[in-house]
Amino acid sequence: MKFTIIAETNGDLLHQTTYQLIGAISNIGSKSTVICPNGKGSSEASKIKGVEKIISVNGDCFDLFDGSAWASAINSVCEGTVIISASPNGREIGSIIAAKRNIPIIQDVTGISPGITVTRPIYSGKATETLEISGESVITLRPNAFENADIGNEAPISVVDQTSDLRVAIIEAINKASERLDVTEADIIISGGRGMGSVDNFSHLESIADSLDAAVGASRAVVDEWGMPHRMQVGQTGKTVSPSLYIAVGISGAIQHLAGMRSSKYIVAINKDPDAPIFTIADYGIVASWEEALPILKSELMKL
Amino acid sequence: MNIAVLLKQVPDTTAKINVSNGKVDENSVSKWSMSPYDEYALESGLQMKEATGGVLIAIACGPERNKKMLTDAAAVGADTLIHISVDGILDSIQVQNFLAAVIKNNEVDVVLCGKQAADTNAGSTGPGVAEILDAACVTMVSEVSFIENKFISVRPSISGTEKVSTNGLSVFTFDKGVSELRRPNVRGIMMAKKKVIETIKPENLGLEGSDSERVLLKAQNSPPEKEPGQIFEGVGEIPTIISKLRNEANVI
Ligand SMILES: Cc1cc2nc3c(=O)[nH]c(=O)nc-3n(C[C@H](O)[C@H](O)[C@H](O)COP(=O)(O)OP(=O)(O)OC[C@H]3O[C@@H](n4cnc5c(N)ncnc54)[C@H](O)[C@@H]3O)c2cc1C
Ligand SMILES: Nc1ncnc2c1ncn2[C@@H]1O[C@H](COP(=O)(O)O)[C@@H](O)[C@H]1O
Repeated sequence: MKFTIIAETNGDLLHQTTYQLIGAISNIGSKSTVICPNGKGSSEASKIKGVEKIISVNGDCFDLFDGSAWASAINSVCEGTVIISASPNGREIGSIIAAKRNIPIIQDVTGISPGITVTRPIYSGKATETLEISGESVITLRPNAFENADIGNEAPISVVDQTSDLRVAIIEAINKASERLDVTEADIIISGGRGMGSVDNFSHLESIADSLDAAVGASRAVVDEWGMPHRMQVGQTGKTVSPSLYIAVGISGAIQHLAGMRSSKYIVAINKDPDAPIFTIADYGIVASWEEALPILKSELMKL
Repeated sequence: MNIAVLLKQVPDTTAKINVSNGKVDENSVSKWSMSPYDEYALESGLQMKEATGGVLIAIACGPERNKKMLTDAAAVGADTLIHISVDGILDSIQVQNFLAAVIKNNEVDVVLCGKQAADTNAGSTGPGVAEILDAACVTMVSEVSFIENKFISVRPSISGTEKVSTNGLSVFTFDKGVSELRRPNVRGIMMAKKKVIETIKPENLGLEGSDSERVLLKAQNSPPEKEPGQIFEGVGEIPTIISKLRNEANVI
């Protein structure tokens, strides 16, 4: 079985998830072809173990994101099973490539073994399922669910030029988002809920986030009731995240919130109610008010 | 204008999921609901219908119980209800081909659906259906309107949000919308009960048979048990927790 991996980039560099996509395929004993849109990250990718060759697909269709244009250009050089990150853009490109080839797509996979057999969470993590795939498919892998591949390779890079049409025209850029890291990107997330008392108190979370290079998240209660931006919302109707560390402050742990963050590697909860459901999934629970806990947390972090 | 809204029925977010003998026991799901983002797609469709004097066609592909969801959609204003009746498990491309075939047969001008369904959280259907229909696709929108023969929608961008326009047949996948969701009134509920649901069998859609069973369900399981955590009263153990996160877990 041939594997084509579509690299995800961050500016001119590879995004961490690309190392994970390559690592996941190496771990099942296969080599992969890596496609780098507009050549970004191609020399970096050629040094990663498990990569057989790189195809740099160049075209002005990659200058802005239009899933359909990206998928057309990328699809022209895809072979075999296509692997891409389960990021929002990855899911969209993957879906279109799958539809172009009339093959199934399996999204948000957290485990893969030869065969190919994949595992993915379903019902917001209330269950998992294992699927056996025969023939070609597109598979999106959940960020942070796989180990990074190692460095130590010198794979050849070839270049292909492609054009494809944009169907979506941008007519107006609206507000600027804050410069803060997005929750789906971050390795550490500190989220606040109604227990924070007011929007102003989120500054305490932000200052800790700054020292940890973390993103700030929120429960739906504060998004709906205090007008925090929806992009910060974690949960069933917000973002699904799986960072290494998730710190929940003043969040009760409603089932819909847990749905978005239960697969975090480590969960720390700060809540003054010892019976708050968030404690049932926390690795470390601190039964205290945030007013007491956050200053100590902050000063301890400063000592590191 | 013919507005198609794709509705997927999923276990209600509050429903408990039981697994027995390597399979989720669907019969024990206490409540089935319209997937949360589909509600925003439906609301936006209703507004577009009111603004343009169009017809709202609600389409669901799934087992018999989907009819209840379609009736719920009629109670808030869906005009035409189409049920693609299937019982077994379908893979993503089978569902997309069925939905796209029904959309084609109904001379639809715009398709609205959820950005991800709450059961698999996939987000495959909108972009896939758009590709099959050769339509434009805008994902994760919060609003869509039809102005001067163009669809204007708002989607997230790297730097915030952006307004984009598309021409011709377009598919929009909905994130949380900006409008409050409407609730049915008594009259709506009564009228909906009388509404006819058009039922279609996939074999009557005139599609070539696809290779079935490309994705075989091997097992469903309860999520891996987490080791029970440590809960500390008060703030005294915060230094210990930080040191464990640093030295044992290596996450900070
Ligand atoms: C269809 C649907 C989808 C939903 N989707 C989402 C979603 O995506 N994300 C989401 O988060 N929710 C979602 N919800 C809402 C969810 O059910 C809860 O209502 C919400 O998560 C509660 O937010 P909260 O924990 O901030 O508030 P609360 O439940 O009010 O909890 C506040 C907590 O703060 C604690 N507290 C109070 N004061 C302090 C203090 N000084 N110090 C420390 N702790 C304190 C309290 O003990 C309490 O546990 C959804 C609901 C539905 C029906
Ligand atoms: N079987 C289905 N019947 C009708 N609409 C569906 C179906 N599956 C998916 N959809 C629509 O596509 C959206 C995304 O679904 P998914 O690709 O499964 O995450 C859903 O929110 C629905 O709007």
